[in-house]
Amino acid sequence: MSEAGIRDRTKEGFQELVLAELPALYSLARRLVRDGAEDLVQEALLQAFRAFGTLREDGAAGRWLKTILVNVFRDQVRKRSRTVDERPMGDLSDFSLYRTLVDEDPFPYSDSLHTDFLQVFDSEDLREVLIRLPDIYRIPLVLRYMDGFATKEIARLLEAPLGTILARLHRGRRLFERELWAYAEEAGLLTKERAR
Amino acid sequence: MTDTKAIPCSEAVRQLWDYLDHAIPPEDQEKVEKHLSFCRSCCGELEFAKEMRAFLATSTAQEIPPHVKERLERFVERL
Ligand SMILES: [Zn+2]
Repeated sequence: MSEAGIRDRTKEGFQELVLAELPALYSLARRLVRDGAEDLVQEALLQAFRAFGTLREDGAAGRWLKTILVNVFRDQVRKRSRTVDERPMGDLSDFSLYRTLVDEDPFPYSDSLHTDFLQVFDSEDLREVLIRLPDIYRIPLVLRYMDGFATKEIARLLEAPLGTILARLHRGRRLFERELWAYAEEAGLLTKERAR
Repeated sequence: MTDTKAIPCSEAVRQLWDYLDHAIPPEDQEKVEKHLSFCRSCCGELEFAKEMRAFLATSTAQEIPPHVKERLERFVERL
């Protein structure tokens, strides 16, 4: 099958197309929800199948499926909570992970402190940090910096003004960096590498 | 003439990611650049911001437990 080829919009065509995308979809789902990633993928697959006719070219299937999954997730979040979770996360205005690392110097023998810090996180640690962030910050952050959606696309997907998304990305990054630091301390990730 | 008034570190740091995304107006882009040209600390912040972005972009491991994969495959087959 050629890259830009178009399969028949049949059940078989659908199966062939989505099977290869399952790992990517499931991983995205796990970045969005703590529990229920598999259910989220199933619901997205169901909706994707119904909308299969709208997929223009097979090459775009990955992004198309992710978009559907995010839509399903957004609707679930809305149904779950009428009010947006804007719980205060403390004053972030002056937190800098870069400076915190310089000041706290967790790896005194390292000459690449900041790089080493990021390397102590495996993918499960990172997921745990992300999952701790409120939805309104986590979702834009994941979509923008992990899954490569443009900010405009995110605004459209989440049906929010671009300015709101930019502000949430902004705050979300600070929050994320603060949680990275807190998690590293809490999980003892900063002691393992001291000997380097 | 564009306003090339110097910006403080706090302002430069606040705009770093948007600067990397080219998501700020050219005159702000210029101000950040100018600040970076003389501020070592903010250059460190910039390098770290780049590393953080690379870290996030490459941490998208596509792991799926075999039993989950199997269940989802069966789900697709039964659609
Ligand atoms: Zn500076």
